[in-house]
Amino acid sequence: MLQIKNLKVKVGRKEIIKDISLEIPKGKTYVLFGPNGSGKSTFLMAILGFSKYKTKGKIIFKGKDISKISPDKRAKMGIGIAFQRPPIISGLILKDLIEIYSPLNKKELEKKAKELMIDIFFQREINKGMSGGEIKRGEIFQVLSQNPDLLLLDEPESGVDIENIEIIGKALKKFLSSKEKSALIITHTGLILKYLNADKGFVMVDGKISCAGDPKAILKTIKKVGYQKCFECHRKRPEK
Amino acid sequence: MGKQKLGLSKKEAERIETVGFDFKEKTRCGSFFQKDNQVLYFNQKNKDIEIMPTSLALKKYSWLKKYLWKAVDKNKDKYTKEVARHPQEGYFIRVKKGQKIEVPVQACLYLKKKKLHQRVHNLIIAQEGSFVNIITGCTIDPRASFGLHIGISEFFIQKGATVYFTMIHNWAKETIVRPRTGAILEKNSKFISNYICKKEVKDIQMFPLAYLKGEGAIARFNSILVAKKGSYLDIGSGVFLGAKKTKAEITTKALSEGGKIISRGRLIGESSDTKAHLECQGLIVDKEGQIEAIPEIKALTIGTDLSHEAAIGKIAQEEIDYLMARGISYQEAVSLIVKGFLSFQNNNFLKEFTKEII
Repeated sequence: MLQIKNLKVKVGRKEIIKDISLEIPKGKTYVLFGPNGSGKSTFLMAILGFSKYKTKGKIIFKGKDISKISPDKRAKMGIGIAFQRPPIISGLILKDLIEIYSPLNKKELEKKAKELMIDIFFQREINKGMSGGEIKRGEIFQVLSQNPDLLLLDEPESGVDIENIEIIGKALKKFLSSKEKSALIITHTGLILKYLNADKGFVMVDGKISCAGDPKAILKTIKKVGYQKCFECHRKRPEK
Repeated sequence: MGKQKLGLSKKEAERIETVGFDFKEKTRCGSFFQKDNQVLYFNQKNKDIEIMPTSLALKKYSWLKKYLWKAVDKNKDKYTKEVARHPQEGYFIRVKKGQKIEVPVQACLYLKKKKLHQRVHNLIIAQEGSFVNIITGCTIDPRASFGLHIGISEFFIQKGATVYFTMIHNWAKETIVRPRTGAILEKNSKFISNYICKKEVKDIQMFPLAYLKGEGAIARFNSILVAKKGSYLDIGSGVFLGAKKTKAEITTKALSEGGKIISRGRLIGESSDTKAHLECQGLIVDKEGQIEAIPEIKALTIGTDLSHEAAIGKIAQEEIDYLMARGISYQEAVSLIVKGFLSFQNNNFLKEFTKEII
């Protein structure tokens, strides 16, 4: 589904992502861990191709190098993202926006909205006056309405209470149960993993992947000793 | 009302429709149409509202004279003086006591003759406890282009009455526009004024004033301003809070697509136990664009609560990115953001109405 080859990402003059190669096969859910500031969000933003993120290396999606095409085209090819801190867009109504881009029909959208308890926000302005949990549910609803093949989730559970995590978790589980869908999920708490069958975990430290393995085992270690072990691994990792 | 009867070509009729004028009058309770300085049509479908040319109303009602130049100073400037020197034309609208007429009444002031000075003097009287919704569209034949429109509008809103007034302008790049508006509000009355100018114009200067004379009176001014390249919009509104429990709100959304906008606002707290807020949000989408917000708040006594807020910026890249991540192109993302910016979501009438015409 997605192949990243020797990706380097700069924001301004600063190099944030320092040579990452990664492959996410069709039907797999991968998890990305890492301390704050390690470059996880930048990595997702670069996959989408936002103008602020200058990339080197290859991003291959469904067999095509997408590293030079615009974010809207990448989205149309099947990449969807749920933002960690989405902006407010005053005056733009959620329903009007969804109707522009969603390939789903009215019934499917209504069903999904009910699942995520977002139906009452249909006539609201994008992210305006919503609580943390509402915004996150709205994000998941928006991205699932795109029906993407590759789902990128940037901390879907941050700032969300247990009840909302459950709602989000169940909706994601249902979506990812298809063998056609893949996902890359950034999480700090790992709470969302309770609902998902994650296949593999990675730890990012200082813009590099320092280790990969069973996501539950990685999470357990992180919870026990923090990212200390990851830093050690990272230091021991031979430079290319 | 037949477009042909009014002597309008298809193109002219289409242009007039852009300022909210409904020729079929299906959604209107009455109409008024003035071309240049001549009234071509007026009609009322409801006996509780009167619509007629100002000249006719002045002949019909001798008492009306006392209202002339009461809300707008005749000697305010050369434009008011010019209107005062000539025979008074424009529309007279009166809603009878206690009558609440939800279906809007419409007026169109159409400028066709090249280099003409169109002079309009409107008198609006909302009698005690009444409600009226007035939509006024002003436009020009694009072939005329150069023209001067002077529009005097005087509102008299009596005890407990509400006037909803929406004015839409669609001029041309050589048109100069000078509306002069004044509204006098009695006890517990309301004046909600919406102004929309999204099309090209050379120069508009206006500063409608509301005088809240009766206790509990409320005035609201909402403006949607778009300045195209070469347009100069000097627009504001002012409210005198002259009695206890009066309130006012002035909100402006200003978008520069290369032109200059001066967004003014003036709140004067003359009485205690009053409250008013002034807000200007500006967005510049062209490097030649300019927006200047000049808020003015003046408290002349203790117990008047006045505030203002102004912000001018450009479209945030993160908002564009956000929409592009949903598969929306750059151009469409910008257009959605701009459309959202210009919308008034907390104003149901304006929200629905602007959907139709913007």
